[in-house]
Amino acid sequence: MRQPLAPRRRGLTVDGVYRGALAAAAGVIFLVVALIVLEIARGAMPSIRTIGWGFLAQREWDPVADHYGALPYIYGTLVSSLIALVLAVPLGLGSAVFLAELAKGRVAAIVSFVIELLAAIPSIVYGIWGFFVLAPWLRNALEPWLVAHFGYLPLFRGTPFGIGMLNAGIVLAIMIIPTIVSISREVLLAIPRSLREASLALGATRAEAIVVTLDAAKPGILGSIVLALGRALGETMAVTMVIGNTNRISASLLDPSATMASVIANEFTEATGSLYLSALIQIALVLFGVTILVNALARALVWLTTGGRRDVAGAT
Amino acid sequence: MTPPAEGSATLAAVAAPWVDRTPRAVRLWRGALNRIVLAVCVLAAAAVVLPLVLILGYLIANGVGGLNLAFFTHMPKPVGESGGGMANAIVGTLMVVGLAALLALPVGIAAGVYLAEFGRGRFATLVRYTTDVLSGVPSIVVGVVAYGLVVVPMGRVSGLAGSVALAILMLPPIIRATEEMVRLVPQSYRQAALALGAPRWRTTQQIVLPAARAGIVTASMLAVARAAGETAPLLFTALGNRFWSLRMDQPIATLPVFIFDYARAPYTDWNRQAWTGALVLVLLVTLISLLLRLTVRRVRDR
Repeated sequence: MRQPLAPRRRGLTVDGVYRGALAAAAGVIFLVVALIVLEIARGAMPSIRTIGWGFLAQREWDPVADHYGALPYIYGTLVSSLIALVLAVPLGLGSAVFLAELAKGRVAAIVSFVIELLAAIPSIVYGIWGFFVLAPWLRNALEPWLVAHFGYLPLFRGTPFGIGMLNAGIVLAIMIIPTIVSISREVLLAIPRSLREASLALGATRAEAIVVTLDAAKPGILGSIVLALGRALGETMAVTMVIGNTNRISASLLDPSATMASVIANEFTEATGSLYLSALIQIALVLFGVTILVNALARALVWLTTGGRRDVAGAT
Repeated sequence: MTPPAEGSATLAAVAAPWVDRTPRAVRLWRGALNRIVLAVCVLAAAAVVLPLVLILGYLIANGVGGLNLAFFTHMPKPVGESGGGMANAIVGTLMVVGLAALLALPVGIAAGVYLAEFGRGRFATLVRYTTDVLSGVPSIVVGVVAYGLVVVPMGRVSGLAGSVALAILMLPPIIRATEEMVRLVPQSYRQAALALGAPRWRTTQQIVLPAARAGIVTASMLAVARAAGETAPLLFTALGNRFWSLRMDQPIATLPVFIFDYARAPYTDWNRQAWTGALVLVLLVTLISLLLRLTVRRVRDR
């Protein structure tokens, strides 16, 4: 191996081969994406042919009658993710500002550590906690209180089960906060210091200087929120354990529901008929399409704000 | 009066309509608003720390009771009998994750090295973007893909199918981490090697990669550890198995799926074991990844 392989043909050098081999490995990523798309599309084909895309707007999901409509799951996915965003965005942004602008030294290190830890906990563990700890508390404390004081809203009507949309939303919020915090913090830190200094020099209070920074960081922060949304839409195990897996559309957040991911997790192994299985794969196809779009948008937004810094744009 | 700067306009506007606008009142209001905004940020950070304390607290409180040697060395007991352990699930997890790492690491690391050393063109940008987007694909969808790719052709669920699913999930973080670590090698190393007449491939292979090795190893292990906690893609690929099995072409027990099944079971003893399993999983995944992360940071800061 001392002497590199002599070039046999013009242009074919060891360097070229080496580089080509590495590039081929990099190209595998396209192969993986192509496989994913092909495989889901193929699996969903029977369902697309038989039921078609009207499937998305139908409420009935009855495997016995071989009738499938995905609307309740789409509704459940959207609403649970929305609750998660409503809870997580203010908390996440506040924490990101705290970490980027206010905290120093030890405190900042501890909070960052906690947020990394939250991101590293497997989703099944969130599920267990939501099921055994959060659900009883919701059932006995928070939900009765909500019914008593806000029962006039359709959102908080019905029986407090503990398990349901609200529980799923809260667990999802906890799970997506690290995404919002870590990326927003990096985006804020990427905004030039001079902007802050200029605001302060003009007599702005610290809060006003922060608002100026936030204003400049807007696309990146939006990116972090969209990325978190993508995570919430596709989250499976924790949601499956706490949402109650009931196929119905209800305005009340206290009622059990189901999401696209949870119905796949619950019913895939039990799907006996081929159309049943195919309908579940069609749901996976929709979920895949939506999360890809959401992610592509989010990554583009973060890339724009941070000038394509890899460590931020690709962060998980 | 000159209009205030655009950004602070949003904050000042809060005051405008209903506070009287004498300079003194405006100054007091801005001071108060400043304190409120800063306090809200501090509270938000505190509110984010709280769930972690609650989750870890309950995890330890409920899980530590079942943590004994039998949990690691014994098999699950039949329904109705208490006791037993998750030995098969722990070994199964190690096997499924190990095979997934074997599949994903060579490709992922090579791709990462390519991006760091040669990745300047449009192709590389596209690879990066695709990698980032792929990392957002829900794990349950990857499970469906592995089902179609491996389970259907083989005619049965298997540990192999689970490994394929986990390998797909590992790929993006491995690529990303490797690229980041190789980029940390000082440019002067490459220049020195090239100046001595080494070709590009030898510079990368014998100078850059050895310098980046520690970082690549730890960062990749992070991705592997993270995948070990995944449950969704294993539900209908590796499925689970109540018996001792080391065959990768058969259903195999894994810790996350075991926890899921035991948590949903109507037996308190199983629920307790689920908590213990969750604690073990967190210790495995979280502790490994945190230790590695600290090491990575040290490498990066050097």
